[in-house]
This record gives sequence, structure tokens and C-alpha cells, in this order.
Amino acid sequence: MKLVFERSRSDRGTAYLEKCDLPSALPSEKFARKTPLRLPELPETEVDRHYTELAKQTYGVNSGFYPLGSCTMKYNPQINEEMAALPGFTNIHPLQAEETVKGCRQVCETLEKYLCEITGMDAVTLQPAAGAHGEFTGLLLIKAYHRERGDVKRTKIIVPDSAHGTNPASAAMAGFEVISIASDEHGCVDLEALKAAVGEDTAGLMLTNPNTVGLFDPNILEITRIVHEAGGLCYYDGANLNAVMGIARPGDMGFDVIHVNLHKTFSTPHGGGGPGSGPSGCKQFLARYLPGTGKEGSIGDVRSFGSNFLVAVKALTYILSLGREGIPAAACNAVLNANYMKVKLSDIFPMAYDTVCMHEFVITLEKLKHETGVSALDMAKAMLDFGIHPPTMYFPLIVHEALMVEPTETETKETLDEVIAIFREIFREASENPEQMHEKPVKTPVLRPDEVLAARNPVIRYDFEA
Amino acid sequence: MTGYVPNTPEEQQQMLKECGFSGFEDLYADIPEQVRLGQDALRLPDGMPEIAVHRAVEEMAAQNKVYRHIFRGAGAYNHYIPAIVNTIANREEFRTAYTPYQAEISQGVLQTIFEYQTDICELTGMDASNASVYDGAVAAAEACEMCRDRKRSRILVSQAADPKILSVVRTYSFGRDVEVVPVPEKDGVTDTDALQELLGSDVSCLLLQHPNFYGNLEDVDTAVQKVHDAGAKLIMSVNPISLAVLKTPGEYGADIAVGEGQPLGLPLAFGGPYLGFMAATQKMMRKLPGRIVGQTVDRAGNRTFVLTLQAREQHIRREKASSNICSNEALCALRASAYMAAMGPEGLRDAACQCSAKAHYLQQKLSEAGLAPAYPEAEFFHEFVTVCKDAEKVLSALDKEGILGGLPLSEDRILWCATEMNTKAEIEKTAAICKEVTGA
Amino acid sequence: MNFPEELKYSKTHEWVRFEDETTAVIGITDYAQDQLGDLVFVNLPEEGDEVTAGETFADVESVKAVSDVMSPVSGVVDAVNEELADEPQRMNQEPYEAWFIRVRDVSESEDLMTAEEYRAFTEEG
Repeated sequence: MKLVFERSRSDRGTAYLEKCDLPSALPSEKFARKTPLRLPELPETEVDRHYTELAKQTYGVNSGFYPLGSCTMKYNPQINEEMAALPGFTNIHPLQAEETVKGCRQVCETLEKYLCEITGMDAVTLQPAAGAHGEFTGLLLIKAYHRERGDVKRTKIIVPDSAHGTNPASAAMAGFEVISIASDEHGCVDLEALKAAVGEDTAGLMLTNPNTVGLFDPNILEITRIVHEAGGLCYYDGANLNAVMGIARPGDMGFDVIHVNLHKTFSTPHGGGGPGSGPSGCKQFLARYLPGTGKEGSIGDVRSFGSNFLVAVKALTYILSLGREGIPAAACNAVLNANYMKVKLSDIFPMAYDTVCMHEFVITLEKLKHETGVSALDMAKAMLDFGIHPPTMYFPLIVHEALMVEPTETETKETLDEVIAIFREIFREASENPEQMHEKPVKTPVLRPDEVLAARNPVIRYDFEA
Repeated sequence: MTGYVPNTPEEQQQMLKECGFSGFEDLYADIPEQVRLGQDALRLPDGMPEIAVHRAVEEMAAQNKVYRHIFRGAGAYNHYIPAIVNTIANREEFRTAYTPYQAEISQGVLQTIFEYQTDICELTGMDASNASVYDGAVAAAEACEMCRDRKRSRILVSQAADPKILSVVRTYSFGRDVEVVPVPEKDGVTDTDALQELLGSDVSCLLLQHPNFYGNLEDVDTAVQKVHDAGAKLIMSVNPISLAVLKTPGEYGADIAVGEGQPLGLPLAFGGPYLGFMAATQKMMRKLPGRIVGQTVDRAGNRTFVLTLQAREQHIRREKASSNICSNEALCALRASAYMAAMGPEGLRDAACQCSAKAHYLQQKLSEAGLAPAYPEAEFFHEFVTVCKDAEKVLSALDKEGILGGLPLSEDRILWCATEMNTKAEIEKTAAICKEVTGA
Repeated sequence: MNFPEELKYSKTHEWVRFEDETTAVIGITDYAQDQLGDLVFVNLPEEGDEVTAGETFADVESVKAVSDVMSPVSGVVDAVNEELADEPQRMNQEPYEAWFIRVRDVSESEDLMTAEEYRAFTEEG
């Protein structure tokens, strides 16, 4: 595939602007750019075809099955997009006067209210642009709370070893020391380890529930009680909210601060890595620290303007569509689809935790690797030849040779049956003919990339001179 | 039943049965009774069919006021977006993909990011760009973090920079317990004498916006000299359109260039999603936060793109990572590179020239209408500040005519902006309305 | 696997070559590079930094992992092998040539093993 710069030829560009009818008034020469600007120069037909080619080499959830564990790749409804493209939203300047943006306010306030209801929180900010951004924001609320009480010795955040990497990274960015605690044999919080870890220096605990191995921690009330009794606060990572929305609420589990991912749970598209939206929510006693209020006590802003507004429009559209009965129905079916796949695979695929799962489950291929040399990576790559996106690989870190499968509620039984057959077929191939698994995939536009070369000799931009 | 669950109730029951469950209850046995929401306890409205949702959301949009003419910038700019840009960004493959973890089926999105990184390097004159961050203010805050050095505990920020950016930098600094020291503004630009006094061996960087919040051009040459003499780094926050004509951060010798990418083909959209771009010198490449796409070869030796330099990132380095960021604004970055591909170097230069020409004409016309330039000595690109008696009166007179005037900074000061979208006639009409109010 | 006789070895898989009583050169062992796989980058300290026996002074990156490198001695960084940044593959190809740092004013050292002892240590797993 040619790069856009390789398709470029000068003097072929398409003009989109009318001729300027005013005299030039550029700043003086000392402020002028001297280096030539080597942007691509293409007629519109070529631009269109270039991106059409690139789109063909991109796989989205609306292209096919995408069971990427912990990412909740559910179908992205088209009505969401149409609503977010309304000129009454796209053409609004963020610094317009209040009385001219009543519709935008209504979108934000309605969404905030619904998110409070779904999570059991009292207040929500839509500022954070992603889950990690929401974590950072929520942790700053915790920091501000302890600091305002003069409780400055609370400098530690407890994070289970099964957590997403963003949890410890966010805690470090918020200035906390991270205390990692081991999980128990079921992949849940080890209560004894937690009791040993909490103390006068505990600022809080960060927890994903259902957790990153796809289980609802049955001790959740005990966990939040232990942290609260030690004087810490409880942070809920909403990455896996899809399994329990409308069924159980983090606010009722004892959590004080949360974030949710609109791009996971509430069906807004991931865009190849963003834009997402990671609203933070909290209980009333923390609400005064929220960003965006401009009031005394607020931690300040975490972005320039209010929110990833168009993403908020999409999430609101989704919640309006599903409503009171559709939200829990989505959760139930996400859990059902995961259990269905798990049950239909578990006779040959070893499960990391063989109990009823939530919306996702974790396969461990340690035995296969040991016996045949075929790794989780090899298995994932083999799936590409069947035209499906593989599950999340090598996460959580506490499971060896992990494949984490999250089918979501928007897949039909037929799709699940087909995919189950593909998984089984690949397992058979791996057992019978392990050597060729290292060559997979063979049908994709490119084969396995040399990642070592990429990292040793970074080439991260086009070289015009080469 | 509304929603997007495709399996019928009968199929669901069959699946439950095949799994050995008697009902959905069995799936949630691990959830303690006390935290289970009761039937109908969720206080949300009933689900709606698409036609009703359409109506409800359209009604919300209709309550907003859409201005036909916009003379307001201050961090969000009204530019022409060629139709092709929307077409490209709406392609489902790009829109509904996740982060390109599986390179073999993600060459399209990976290549668009590689092209975006190249575009940003070209615009800024820097060596290395990441795949973008949430917005321009976050880019500035992350850049300050890149300069962190255990021997240098203070960061300097120009008071002539956008207050919204300063607010975000302060929030991030609250996290890291870093001291943020403002460098005073004088006559609408950063006071370089004051800068000299504040610099010291404990300063890690200076954040300078150019053109600054008031639209004025800074004496970057003097600033960069002083900052580097003190062993600190210079972060420039820049407007991407302006870089088609203005001296680049690379030409000035800045260490990091950041900015708000919204002007590059993203709608105003009430503030988001936008696009934070970040580019650095080769020396600082590995300190860049977030995703970076690199070029390599596949097993057959074909050019291939992959996510690279990942050991910097949170999923590997966890609490020692340079940042917690794990997404970028890929679809917004795609918009930006599609915009640049459509406009081309000449088109972008033309847009920049028109911005400048129209803003200067607007300044002249407003001045004749009794709104005097606040900083007559300063040079500017496409934004400037005026002084008049009653700013609110002026703005509300414009509002009645469907014109969004500049941003009121105080009772008598307005920050104006003009772009290629504003016509000569529109500018003259605006000035005429102002004149009626001021009586000049 | 190669463990040169003239070097000393730490339990955390670094090698040390004492140039004199207070000057030591440090790198990672053949065993370490083999376990870590293809190395793509190393973060090194700066000249003049202090290092402490048993504490991290550098980290090495593979594509999907990062690992701390411990200093077997306490002292002051006298020289840093900047070439490793451009040629990280040398850590894999010639681990005993690809030194990381030279430490002067060595004041303290961990209990180090001989080549023979280290070989036995790695074989115990």
C-alpha cells in the first residue's frame, strides 16, 4: 500500500476555498516559516481512493466478530452517529453564552442523571476523555478529599495484581504510591492480603468488578468495608460495567468514586483508539472536588472544554433507545453469550477459572504451550485467517498464556456457534500440526510484523529524502 | 423489546438451558443479595424505538442557537471542512475499530496514524510525533510531565497562554506535586525580563503559547535562548493552521511542540472530541506519552506498520509509565490527516493567509467602528483584542443579527477571531453593527 | 551458555569486572539476555549519578516487557555506554562486551559469585 506522500504530485491538489478578496496581511518576515511544508498534494479522487484502500485494511466491530476481552466491542448503532452529526450539535462553539446552548446542556445533564442512576453515584462529570483520564480524575478527588481533611499521610493506593495497567499508572500520576496485592486462587481479592495492606497510609483501593478475570467478587461488601474502616476510599473501575448495568450498582457495593467508559458500555465507537469518553462519578461528599465547577474545592479542569460532547450525544441516544428494561437485558445477554461460549469450549480449552463467568472469560493455554509449543499468540494469529478478531492476549498478567474472550450481547447465537467451531478447529490444528501455527496468519494483507526491528530502529515518520 | 440484543427470548432460554442454567438468575449468583437491584428499581425512562429517539434528540439540538457567522476563537476555531473529510471519518471500518493491536488486520488504521505522525512533524518542524492525546490542553500538561527531572521541580507557564490550558496544567501538577510558576504578561505578550528572573537551575521547562491567547506573536527567539541557557526545555503550544505560514517550533529550536488539532477538519461540536497533538525532538522521542506507530517489515519483507516503543506505556511499565494514557484520538487524527491530504500544502497555506488577511481587515474595520486594538504594537495572526466601552452591548447587538462576536474577556475587552469562513461583506456588516452601538 | 572466568556475578544476573579495587564495570549476563529475549532499548543513568548495591540503576526493554537492572555495587557512575542506545542488539549478541556503566569510588559490593558458582546458580533454576 502506497503512503499518501508517495501518491502525491505537485499541482494536482483540489481547491476548496474561494479566492481571498482582501489584501494579504501576514505577520512580518521574522515570524515567517522558512522550511517547505511537505504535505501530500492529491486530487480529491485520489484522496478518496487512498482512504478507501486503507479502510479495506481495517477491521471494526461493524465488520465482524470482535471478542476483545475487557474492551466491550458491542455493535455501534447507526442512529447514534446520525444524532451526533446534527448541525445543532456540531456547529456549536464551546464558548457560546449559556442561553444559546440549552440543548447541549440538556444532553449533558440528562446523560449525567442517567449515569448516576445506573452507577448509584450522586454526581458525574463528563470531562474525562477516556477511561484512564477518568481514573486520573477520580484519584484526584480522593487526593483532594484527604488533603482537605489534613490527612496528608494517606499516600498509598492499593491495586490488585490483576488490574489494568492504567490503574497503577493513574495512581502514580495522581502522586500516590502503588501497593500491589496478590489475588487469591479464584482471581478475586485476597481478603487477608487486603487486611494486611490497609492502614493509616491508605488513601484508597482501586478495583474492577466484575474483575479482570471476568468474575464478580462475591466478597465485594467485605472488601469495601475493610477499606472504609481503615479510612480509605473505594474506587470503581467501570471497564466491566456492561456485565452488571441495571443489575447491580457500584454505589450500592460501597464504592465512592467511579469512572465508566461510554465507548465500551454505552456503545459509542472506539474510532481505532479514540475518541472515547470516561465520565467520573462520585458520592455526594466528594462532589465539591469535581472538575468543571469553577468553585472552591474543585480539583480544576482536566481538559479545555466541557466534554467529548459528540460522544456524550451517542451514549445518551443509546440509553434512550434501551431504557429501563433494555439496559439490564443487555447486561444479561452479555453474560449469557459469554457463558454459552465458555461452556461450549471448556471441554477442550482449559479455563483459568472454571466457574460461572460474567461478560467475559479467560482461557489459559499454558498446557498447550508446554506440550506443543503453540502459544496464545499463535492461536490468536490463526484466528485472523478465519476472518475474526482474536480475543485479548496475555491479559490479565496473573494468567499465563491468557486469551480473554468477551463476545458481548450484540452477537447472534449463529455467530457464536460459528466462532465456537472456529476456535475448536484451531485447537485441533494446533494439537495435530503445531509447527505451522507459528507461521499464522497466512491470508492477511501482511504477515506477522517484525516488532523487534520496529523497536530497535524506530521509523515513526515518512522519510521524504529516502 | 428495544435495544440491540439479536437473540429472541426463546433462543436465550435455549442457550441458558444448554449451559445448565434454569434462568438469568443463575448467572448472577455471585452478586450479594443486598446489592442486587430489584425488578423495576432502575429509574430510567422506558426504551424507545428509533423514530422516537430521533425526535427526542433532535428536539434537544433544536434548542441550541447555531450562528451563521462566527468571530469567536479562543481555543476552538471555525474552519471550512471539505466534504471528503466527513466521508472518510464516517467509514465504519475506521470508526468501529479498536486500538490496532492485531497489526495484520489493522494496516489501514496503523498507516493513517503513521501518516498523521508525519504530517504533524512536517507542520511543527519537529522530529517525532505521537499518535495524539485527548486535546491541546492535555498535550501541554503531558509535555510538562515529559520535561520532569528529579533535579528540577518547577515549571514555568506564560500568563499569556490560554487560561484553560493553564488550568489543566495546574490540575496535572496537583497530581504530581509539581510547582507551577506563572510568568507575567506585559503588553499582551510574555514578559521576557520577568522570565529571566524566574529561571533557575530548579526550572524544568517553560510553556509558551504562540500565537498566544490574545492572538499576539511572542518573542520566541529571546525566550528559547533564555530557557536553554538555564538548562530548561521550551514547550511551544501552537495553532496548526498558523504553521503553514509562521516559523515552526522546530525552526525556533523548541524541545516539544503541542497544540489543539481541532482546526484541522474537526467541527466545533461544543468542545469535543478534539485532538491534542504532540511532537518532540529526536532526543525526547522516548519520553512521548501514548501510542506511537512505527514502520517495520513482515515475515515476507513487506513494509508493515505496528504500534511500537510500547515499553514506555502503562500496560507494560504500570506505575512507572510516563503517562497513564492508553488511547489516542485516532479518529480525530484521521480527520486531521484527511483534512491535510485534501487541502494540501497550498490549500493550508491559503487558509492561513486568508485567516490573517481577514483578521487584519476585521481589526481595521472594528477600529474604525470605535473598537480600538488593545495591543496596537503587537503583531498577530488571526486573533486580536479590542477595547470599547460596553462589550456586552456590542455582542448582544451582533447576536440579534445571528453573529457570534468575539469572546468577552472583561467589561471592555473582546477577543476576536476571523478565519477563511468569514467574508468581506460579513466583516463589514459586523463592523457596521458595532459602530451603531458605539456611536463612533 | 558462556560465563567468563574473570568476571563476578550477582544473583540478579549482572556481571561485574573490577578494573581495580574501587572501579567496576557492569553489564547483564548471557543467561539474563537469553531469558529476556530480543532487547530493544536500555535506559541508563547519567554520569555522576550515584548507584547503590541491590538497587535499580537501569532498565532494559524488550518489545513487550521492561526489566530492572540492579547494581551489584555502590559508587558513582563514571562512564555510560551510550552506544547501546543505538545498537541494543549488542546486549543479546555480545553481552560481555556490551557493558552498561563503569562505577568509580566503589564503597560497597554485594556478595558476588564466581563463574562456576553462577553457572550452578542458573542451572538450579
